Amino acid sequence: MSELRFEGVTVRFGQGRSANVAVNAIDLTVRSGTTHGLVGESGSGKSTVARVAVGFEKAAAGRILLDGVDITGRDPAARAARRRVQMVFQDPLSALDPRMSIGASIAEGLLATGRRHTAAQREGRVKELLELVHIDPARSGDSPTAFSGGQRQRITIARALAAEPEVLIADEITSALDVSVQGVVLNLLRELQTRLNLTMLFISHNLAVVRYVSDEVTVMRGGLVVEHGATEMVLSNPTDPYTRELLRAVPVMGRPLDLEEV
Amino acid sequence: MKIPSFLRTPQGIAASLGLVLVAFATVFGPVFFGDLATERSIPDRQQGVSADHLFGTDELGRDLFARVVVATRVSVLLTLGATGISVIGGIVLGVIAVLLPRVLQRLVAGLIDILLSFPWLLLALFFSVIWGTTAVGAMLAVGFAGIPVFARLTSTLSASVAGSDYVRAAGMLGSRSLRTTFRHVIPNILPPLLVNTAAHASVTLLSFAALSFLGLGVQAPEYDWGRLLNEGSKRIYVDPMAAIGPGIAIVLVGVVFALLGEVFSEASGRRLPPKAIRRRRSTDVVGEVTDATPVLEMSNLRVAFPGNDGVMVERVHGVSLTVSPGETVGIVGESGSGKSVTASAVAGLLGPDALVTSDGLWFREIDMSAVPNAVERRRLGLEQAMIFQDPLTSLNPSLTIGRQLREASEVHGKVSRADTLRRAVDKLNLVRIPDAERRLGQLPHELSGGMRQRAMIAMGLMGNPRLIIADEPTTALDVTVQRQVMRALRDAQNATGAAILFISHDIALVSGFCDRIVVMRGGQVVEELAADRLSEAKHPYTRGLIECVPDMNTDRTAVLPVIAAPDEEKMPV
Repeated sequence: MSELRFEGVTVRFGQGRSANVAVNAIDLTVRSGTTHGLVGESGSGKSTVARVAVGFEKAAAGRILLDGVDITGRDPAARAARRRVQMVFQDPLSALDPRMSIGASIAEGLLATGRRHTAAQREGRVKELLELVHIDPARSGDSPTAFSGGQRQRITIARALAAEPEVLIADEITSALDVSVQGVVLNLLRELQTRLNLTMLFISHNLAVVRYVSDEVTVMRGGLVVEHGATEMVLSNPTDPYTRELLRAVPVMGRPLDLEEV
Repeated sequence: MKIPSFLRTPQGIAASLGLVLVAFATVFGPVFFGDLATERSIPDRQQGVSADHLFGTDELGRDLFARVVVATRVSVLLTLGATGISVIGGIVLGVIAVLLPRVLQRLVAGLIDILLSFPWLLLALFFSVIWGTTAVGAMLAVGFAGIPVFARLTSTLSASVAGSDYVRAAGMLGSRSLRTTFRHVIPNILPPLLVNTAAHASVTLLSFAALSFLGLGVQAPEYDWGRLLNEGSKRIYVDPMAAIGPGIAIVLVGVVFALLGEVFSEASGRRLPPKAIRRRRSTDVVGEVTDATPVLEMSNLRVAFPGNDGVMVERVHGVSLTVSPGETVGIVGESGSGKSVTASAVAGLLGPDALVTSDGLWFREIDMSAVPNAVERRRLGLEQAMIFQDPLTSLNPSLTIGRQLREASEVHGKVSRADTLRRAVDKLNLVRIPDAERRLGQLPHELSGGMRQRAMIAMGLMGNPRLIIADEPTTALDVTVQRQVMRALRDAQNATGAAILFISHDIALVSGFCDRIVVMRGGQVVEELAADRLSEAKHPYTRGLIECVPDMNTDRTAVLPVIAAPDEEKMPV
């Protein structure tokens, strides 16, 4: 059981009259053991949803519950609970410290478990995690620049997994990658999900990618949820005009682009 | 032991030699020259330069050369001490400024700003009043006076590191601020700090000399270079060497510290600009252009760039491509495939360090491999349009949209201002930018990303484009905005009949927009085929590219096909 629930979450940037509501009272539930896709264009507030869940932004209103425990507070219990939610970033190169070996970066993830590890335990765990994401454990001493973009993203996934998260948030994790590498990362996510029974919030502007990995989809626009439902339902039978517009804009292999006005 | 490459440069060798010399004089100077430096000899007083006394003697007949060598220890140690105080104090204050809660952070930052507004030497003089005019007092004074400079540097550097994703990730994983500071922030700000430390040491040395010269630093009977300079200056017209000698020492050591800074900064990645490659100038012969002339004829294009060690590395290996008038050609490839380099070569936009060779690179009879003459430049300005990935960097942020739209026609077309204004409004309407008249007076940041990209397209339309080169024009945009930009491109093509060279990593997008697709990988064209015959692709890489991208009909239960690495893949015979 590990369910992440957003209840009436609102996030504001700025103060007073210039305040800008990025996320407006959204409700969203990521069910245990499933992948929940979150789609929308830039400025829709989808990334802010991720950032508020891991504590990078503060919610102006609402609660975020992990298995019923509020993780938005500042008290130690909320902090500890928040560490059970981990995020993988869009750009793996900036998410890894250039002056730290990848092994040390992954070992940093062990901090979140709250347990003490001996050097040998740490080493063993790093090796396990590297094998899990299909990277040669012998390379754990290399710096991030020695790896390709796709490999780096797999390393950041390993770091997030080191924290033994209940929920993994993937924020546009394939946007900065080449298409051939995107497939490798997506396959890995699916493999990990079946192996570890992960609960995942998958954020992307790419509808086809979201469709491929998600069981449920939420479509956001201007800080609001415009549509939500099972993936097949929402994408094959959209009820909201904005979802239809999004679907129409996706290029399809070998078919001339639909550039006509509706 | 292997010598790092940055030490083998002339600068590295000079700095190392200088450092050894200074260290030797500091450690052994007083041992070897101590007696000579203190030995009084009244008959030999105030002598000029001679073989026995290289710099002459002082009023007590002591050898000045020996005194300069012996003074190295005091001068260098005081300099190092003061620099150490500045750097360590600055790092502590600067890091604290970043770690504190926001209110205190502002207070500390404000304090640093106030301290920075005082001239450095004034602070040093102020502190030397507090600690008295002794050598140690001067060291503390100069050291403390340098703290604000390093505090500011440290806080600026650490603020940029603190905003990075890896520091955020560490926080998310539960790393405490102090741990994050030591594990992430300090290691990442150290290289630039090191460079500045060396430069600062050189300045500190000078300010010590200045303080001692003014009588505020080292006091008799101790002496450093500043004091020797002071004493020597009294008879500079009689025995110039008495003043010049210590001066040489100050300059030499100052230069060694400065060189050290240079060496550090090169080791941490800064490089000298590569040598420009001279291209031949275009001849004045202008070929005849007809409607049937291909817009672009490129054969066997090779482009090389200088690698890290200065050796040229070829990135595009013999690409040939022809674009007919009005045709839409797409180049597809992943990062590193050479697609953007190829496009830049077509536009003549490769930097002076690129070595471009080809059997022919022609844009409507203009030789793009040579430096264009005035006539050709004018034609290129009107007939070629280039659209880049990020419109925010390709538009000038300080000029209005209208001013930038008019530029090309006013420079190349020699059209009156009223005409170009009307034309600009027309073109903005064509790419469906609403409220065109008002947009002309706006700056690029006032437009949305998609609108900026369409303004770039409008800018290309101000001339009479025959070829529009679009290099990943929609990569940073959302699908809905991408659609608007693609529509603007299509409208532009319909209005002008221009050919389009469309570069993208998205094969689905290219297949839906172009007539012909060129697939590139590793600097080579692997396959070229009509967009509507994509299903007949033969090369495994092309097929892999098509299959590895999930679309709206991909089987969700199946594993995505993966493209093999180039060396694992068998090329078709």
